[in-house]
Amino acid sequence: MTVLDTQHVTSAPRRRDSSRRRGGRAGYLFVAGYAILLLAFGVFPTVYSLYLSLTNDRGQFTGINQFTKVMGDYRFVPAFTNILFYLVMWLVVLVVLTVLVAVVLRGRMKPGLSAVFRFLYYIPGALAGVASVLVWLFMLDPAVSPVSWVLDAMGKDTFAAVLSPGDLPVIFVLIAFWTGAGGWIVVMYGALNNIPDEVIEAARMDGAGPWKTAWHIQIPMIRQWIAYMTILAFAAGTQLFVEPQLLQTASLGRVSPTWSPNQLAYVFAFQQGDFNGAAAISVFLLVLGVIVAGLLVWRSDMFKLDEK
Amino acid sequence: MTSSRGSGAGIRRNVARKAVAALALSAVTLLAGCGADATQSSPSAGAKAFKPVKQDNASKITVWTDSTRLPQVQEYQKQHPDAKLNVVTYDGGADGSTYLQTKVQLFDRTGKGWPDVVFGSPTDVTWASEPTKPGAVAFAAPLDQNLVPQKTLDNFAKGSLAPCQVDGHTYCMRNDIAQVVLWYNKKLMDQFGYQVPTTWDQYQALGQKLAKEHPGYLVGSVGDTNSQESYFWSSQCPAFNLTAPDTLRVALGDEKCTRMSKLLDTLIANKTVSTQGFFSQGFAKDSGSKVLMAYGPSWYGQYLFNAAFKTPAGQISAAAPLTWPGETTASTGNVGGGLWMVSAHSANLKASTDLVSWLTTSDANQAKAPTYPAYAPAADAWLANPDNKKYFAGDISDVFRTAAGQVWTGWSNTKFSDATAWSSVVLPALTSGKTLTATLPAWQTAIANEAKAVGYKVTTK
Repeated sequence: MTVLDTQHVTSAPRRRDSSRRRGGRAGYLFVAGYAILLLAFGVFPTVYSLYLSLTNDRGQFTGINQFTKVMGDYRFVPAFTNILFYLVMWLVVLVVLTVLVAVVLRGRMKPGLSAVFRFLYYIPGALAGVASVLVWLFMLDPAVSPVSWVLDAMGKDTFAAVLSPGDLPVIFVLIAFWTGAGGWIVVMYGALNNIPDEVIEAARMDGAGPWKTAWHIQIPMIRQWIAYMTILAFAAGTQLFVEPQLLQTASLGRVSPTWSPNQLAYVFAFQQGDFNGAAAISVFLLVLGVIVAGLLVWRSDMFKLDEK
Repeated sequence: MTSSRGSGAGIRRNVARKAVAALALSAVTLLAGCGADATQSSPSAGAKAFKPVKQDNASKITVWTDSTRLPQVQEYQKQHPDAKLNVVTYDGGADGSTYLQTKVQLFDRTGKGWPDVVFGSPTDVTWASEPTKPGAVAFAAPLDQNLVPQKTLDNFAKGSLAPCQVDGHTYCMRNDIAQVVLWYNKKLMDQFGYQVPTTWDQYQALGQKLAKEHPGYLVGSVGDTNSQESYFWSSQCPAFNLTAPDTLRVALGDEKCTRMSKLLDTLIANKTVSTQGFFSQGFAKDSGSKVLMAYGPSWYGQYLFNAAFKTPAGQISAAAPLTWPGETTASTGNVGGGLWMVSAHSANLKASTDLVSWLTTSDANQAKAPTYPAYAPAADAWLANPDNKKYFAGDISDVFRTAAGQVWTGWSNTKFSDATAWSSVVLPALTSGKTLTATLPAWQTAIANEAKAVGYKVTTK
């Protein structure tokens, strides 16, 4: 029923004006603006950190010495273990919940109500990163939290008890989900919209209920979008910095200042003055991100073009 | 538009060239398998003769101060209308924050931006007195080299300039000291009929008695970032003991550490010592009025009892530091105590030094200062000011003056904050129900790891 209601939204035909597709200076200009920014703030810093990670502070080339040095640091393994636990939890929660919510919004809700929910979900993501973490600082401190009874019920009667080291990954997943998932729900909803209504209709005629349709038709058809979300969420997840850093300050030091690899890199650079070691840690993160992205792209056929 | 495209192309070419060069060179190094010997060079000690930059006695100076000290800087400006100051407030190294260090690292890389005068913590001097990288100039100027008269430096309280001294030079002037004393609520003591303890045995006994007779009342807390300085420093525990400039002794198995951890474990178990910090969210509201005693720094009087707990005037007093069996004089700790540094990069050393000298030594300023001055003549003026004493139930002058000279010198000022391991390793363990004594090995490992990471040799015997 809902499917039919939204038909006019999804199937509006678009006219292509081939005469506008000629090359021109304007096109280059538009692309150049982004390309320059990308080179200046994306590619150049990456190359520079590669250079730093292979040299020492006197500019001498040291091969892989910086990498072995940071790997031997006593904080390296804990930081990467922390981030691993966090990433596994965060990605599973993100993929399962955003897809689930998007499917429900798309298939089982009136379009108007669905739009209201999508807007509501999106709000936390629109808050600046630090501000949204500050909101959580209040939520997690039983002394000021509006939901302190929930914390009390879990046996957490002080801020210190809430921040026990074993619970930190869960806390960061909560914060990350709250701030980041709304945007992805909107994206997944858009991806579901791209599935032709005839396909859904055909599934319905074959006797598939909403859940069967979701599991066998909708989710496989937005697989590439899910892979895309996973890649970006993984890359963002390895960069975890603001959340542990702010909790560290707010808890007067009860959270380790080197909880995540990015914090460790920060300590290397700005407390030990070791920019080369910091660069080596960020190269580790880069390599990790590239490997996972490569795997996901390969497994999900993300770059395979639709035969049209 | 055209020009930006042009420079864009230039950047692109540059980047490409650099990328190719970096990749080629790294490939060569990796293949050859021969790196340079050292992965990182250690900065040379800052004992070299100090060469000021070109001076301009009319130039404006930038002052970084914490908010507590801001009124004093403003007062200087009022009294010296000709002085040109650009005043910036920042958190001043509180709670192991490394803002200043982070910024100086960056300024050293860009070659500009250093403030002329900064308020900092004792930990800051350890890095500020050394160049942050080869070829850089140490941030702090040696004040004893033609900047501040030796006579002035000699007048600081015994040992209070120790954190400022590196390689025989003095890199800062101490603003205040935070000698640890025994704070107590006189009104509650009288009401309960208790005697103020003078030894650690009496302190423990009183804690045990209090747990039975008045449950819910407290004799102390170990939950703050600096509680270890109040307790373990006062027990002469060799947790941060520099036996040589590059060798740190971390021996938490020492009897002087375990005697304190066992004492505290007893009191933590009977809930008279809180594992929640005095300064943690909600403590003042829930338990502020239940603090019978607090072993802590001289600033607890105004900042903890008066400002945070809002205890009415005339109830709180201070007693001398406690002694251990067999001791006639106490040794005590030092919790914070800020200092002022002048930047070696300052183009107006005269104005900078003048400001720092006025802030730390003038009676006009220090008599009204919020915390106990390190400069002995100014400390007398501070104690003579009725405003600094009228809040208390008795005269704290003798206690403060004596304790200032009893700070144990075996707890050294290191290149890393002594708060990090305590807060991030020991306090979570206590919260999860472990005893302090059982956590000592983990604390020792954490300190040793931190020390090694910044280049110390570590002994644990």
